[in-house]
Amino acid sequence: MHKLLNKQNFPVFAQYPGLVYLDNSATEQKPQAVLDAVSHYYCAENANPLRGLYDLSVKATEAYESARAAVRDFIGAKSEREIIFTRNASESLNLVAYSYGRKHIRSGDAILVAISEHHSNLLPWQILAKETGAELHYLECGRDGLYTTEALEAALTPNTKLFAVAQISNVFGSEQPIREFAEICHRNGTVIVCDGAQSVPHIPVSVKELDVDFLVFSGHKMLAPMGIGVLYGKESLLKAMPPFLYGGEMIEYVTRESATFAELPHKFEAGTVNAGGAAGLHAAIDYIREIGFAEIRQAETALTVRAFDAMVQIPGVRILGSQNPYAHHGILSFTVDGVHPHDIAAIFDADGIAIRAGHHCAQPLHRFLGIPSSARMSIAFYNDDADIDRFIETLKTVRRRMGYAG
Amino acid sequence: MPDNFYDEVLLDHNLHPQHLHELPCATCSHAGMNPSCGDEITLHLSLQNGVIEDASYTGVGCAISQASADIMLDLVIGKTEEEALHLKALFSKMIAGEITEAELEELEEAGALQNIAKMPARVKCAMLGWRTLEHMLAPKG
Repeated sequence: MHKLLNKQNFPVFAQYPGLVYLDNSATEQKPQAVLDAVSHYYCAENANPLRGLYDLSVKATEAYESARAAVRDFIGAKSEREIIFTRNASESLNLVAYSYGRKHIRSGDAILVAISEHHSNLLPWQILAKETGAELHYLECGRDGLYTTEALEAALTPNTKLFAVAQISNVFGSEQPIREFAEICHRNGTVIVCDGAQSVPHIPVSVKELDVDFLVFSGHKMLAPMGIGVLYGKESLLKAMPPFLYGGEMIEYVTRESATFAELPHKFEAGTVNAGGAAGLHAAIDYIREIGFAEIRQAETALTVRAFDAMVQIPGVRILGSQNPYAHHGILSFTVDGVHPHDIAAIFDADGIAIRAGHHCAQPLHRFLGIPSSARMSIAFYNDDADIDRFIETLKTVRRRMGYAG
Repeated sequence: MPDNFYDEVLLDHNLHPQHLHELPCATCSHAGMNPSCGDEITLHLSLQNGVIEDASYTGVGCAISQASADIMLDLVIGKTEEEALHLKALFSKMIAGEITEAELEELEEAGALQNIAKMPARVKCAMLGWRTLEHMLAPKG
């Protein structure tokens, strides 16, 4: 086992030795190396990046721009001009909806959204449709949480300008064939926006291979600090888009009446940027690369299968989505007959186990599935067999502790 | 092991609710919601001359929201609107940890929810039924 997979690299587990943390799809814990990188930035490199004409500001700029280079390389983008730093995936999606959407989408157009989308990849499009008079269409998935290429082809109309879909669903853990989707969309003249929040931390993602037009993800779901996220966009698209936010360091020239805007990527990064967060993201990428996705996937898959196989043995427990444990990418949403997910999570909490309960920011999906909400456990590579076994032990007691006999 | 996660009274009301049904004679209904946890409760009241003659609830929610609503209806059926609002005020006081022994007696089984004050994440669940009731009874300006 690679030494960086070990929990001991994550200080939160020294703070709470009994904690079983299985809410990794919501946010991941941070390894010491990432915390050190953020600290190093503020101790040794901090100044306002891209502005000051002095040594420290140059260091800050270097830290920030080398993080951008690391992201570009990590997701296989052509140019650093295609990498925009944002706060998180939600902000990235809003940027696309406001800037690209308001420029290109009009009344009579259609926007297609996958029904399993997180609210952050649904609400910006719902609002955009309302404001522009465009139609909002939903693509419906199977019980396994997958969309077929046939369904996508059937749902696209000549007026569909944009398709929004997550590569890995935060409820089902199912992985969509994004590359095929992108091909189908492009044949139809449709732009594809891919939410990589649950995929980029767990599987190798290459925008070159997937050929998506936009890809978004959050740093905090992949070991990095909160408040740093990424928007990848094809350069030709980003170039033609108007700025999203206006302010400092995104301009070239400003007069009383007008302004010209900076080149990519700075055009979309108004105001002082989160250079410390970017340094943390850079360290997180280094951490992941040092382990390698092959090892990460192997560790996460083994834990997923261990949990899945034990869960299906427990009476009253139902797992949402595929009944093949290998199709879940560490995300197991479930229900327990007769027990509301909120009570499930409260019982787990009492046993020192952190899981999620509710609709996981996917209300339309839960309505589509005909359930009000669900519980979710989600795995990261630093979890271990003991975490899974404690999760299972508690899960076995849930119905009994809610007063059901047997 | 003595294994119940919640108080016995609460578990019993959750598993065997008395008032979870439609109410054909209802004079008013109102839906209450906790969006963060997905609790949805619709209260149905049959109000006659300022008295809650009958009442029920429908919907889905966690054990605390369901049991709290069921216990509340046990308490308020047959009471005047004023008396029901008085009980709501007492319940809020209990959750805030400011209730006296004598007042706690008035709440009868609802006293089983006293410890919810120690679970801040669940206060909204316990209050859902009561907040909805208050909304329906509050003097309309």
